[in-house]
Amino acid sequence: MGVFTFVCRSSGADWSAKQLTGDLEASASSTYELQRKLVQAALAADSSGGVTSSFSMVSPCSAVFQKETEARKNRVMPRPEIQAPPEIFYNEAEARKYTTSSRIIEIQAKISERALELLALPNDGVPRLLLDIGCGSGLSGETLSENGHHWIGYDISQSMLDVAREREAEGDLLLADMGQGLGLRPGVIDGAISISAVQWLCYADKSFHEPRMRLKAFFGSLYRCLARGARAVLQLYAENMYQSEMIMTYAMRAGFAGGVVVDWPHSSKARKAYLVLTCGPPSMQTSLPKGKGEDGEMCSDDDESGDDESQTVGIYDRNRPRKKLKVNKKGKGKEWVLKKKEQMRRRGHDVPPDTKYTARKRKARF
Amino acid sequence: MRLLTHNMLSCNIKGVSNGFPLRLEAEKWVEKEVELNADFLRGIFPKIEWKALAGAARAIGYDQLPDEADASMLDSDDFLRRFHHALLELHVEEGALVCPETGRRFPINKGIPNMLLHEDEV
Repeated sequence: MGVFTFVCRSSGADWSAKQLTGDLEASASSTYELQRKLVQAALAADSSGGVTSSFSMVSPCSAVFQKETEARKNRVMPRPEIQAPPEIFYNEAEARKYTTSSRIIEIQAKISERALELLALPNDGVPRLLLDIGCGSGLSGETLSENGHHWIGYDISQSMLDVAREREAEGDLLLADMGQGLGLRPGVIDGAISISAVQWLCYADKSFHEPRMRLKAFFGSLYRCLARGARAVLQLYAENMYQSEMIMTYAMRAGFAGGVVVDWPHSSKARKAYLVLTCGPPSMQTSLPKGKGEDGEMCSDDDESGDDESQTVGIYDRNRPRKKLKVNKKGKGKEWVLKKKEQMRRRGHDVPPDTKYTARKRKARF
Repeated sequence: MRLLTHNMLSCNIKGVSNGFPLRLEAEKWVEKEVELNADFLRGIFPKIEWKALAGAARAIGYDQLPDEADASMLDSDDFLRRFHHALLELHVEEGALVCPETGRRFPINKGIPNMLLHEDEV
């Protein structure tokens, strides 16, 4: 953001201005003309976005003019992966968001519910031992706990784990780097979920990091620790095709069968990709479930019912029949008028006072 | 960290072939009551390394577990209760996990073991 300050002086009819720290200059015959010139000069020097300016007289023949250019806010949400390594990006301030922002909490809960659904655990009510890789503040783990499962959470950020502890996450937390392998005994885990974490492996944050080796170590150890037939559901935001391809390749190389399930593929915001992997050779059981919204159904933010039945009946706005206008022969009535007037008054509008004539009944012949 | 997790963890350092069980050095531990679920215990029993569990439980002062156990003992309520208590209700808060082969210490702070490896251990 650039701030430009000018000192303006008048000598007779002409005004001249000089920048306080710098060498921008202008002169004009009126203060209005001067301001216009100064704004242009400042914009030429720094043209990043919006402008606010102020002109204040100090004495009749001198003034101070100040102009600020504001850098336009980045509309596209920047990828956290390119900003800093995870253990640094998820600092206390960032971790705090995961306890205070109800939006983040809701989105995380929705994704983890869907992940648990894709995990397709046998529906016998027996708790399982699951993994939550990149558990962060334990939001996804909460969903697992609500469904009665025991879980072990991995995360690399101490701040996030501290928040998880504060939230009294019921699973066990480990401070570990998934790119170094999980370090679990073979065949003991009944399923794994990971919410928005695995794409971090594609970035080399330290000099000795080699993304391919880290992906190999991660998927290798994940494959080993899962029981035969167990599933892993990894929700991830890949930056581009190459990344998702690379992740997929290493998953297949580790021995997993499976593929990508995409929910809401037509929506840029709600689109979520889940890597659904099954431990063991391909079979009938490893066939992929269908993504939500693949056949053009709408996704809405307020579908709280969450079951498939109600979501398939969504229709496009364009095809929705117009709401019929309510036609009432009698008109709106006095009560309605008084209510509206009160409403406008509350909003600060100038509203005529209520009298006995307000919304009075007219005679039929009128 | 519960003993359930301790029972699943092994040392992850490159070149270590026998990284299980990690020796538990507990300085502080707490008990948190959890509802007993017999189905879960029966399901998890075959996956538990009993010796490691009994050893870890002893390290935090719980010596009610038998040295040997087999699946037939799961019918006994008394055994289930002890098994449940050791596995899910004992939380290690402060201490360390020690690799049996290299002697590398993984500290446990506020119940969270730090399993991060150094550059030369990967």
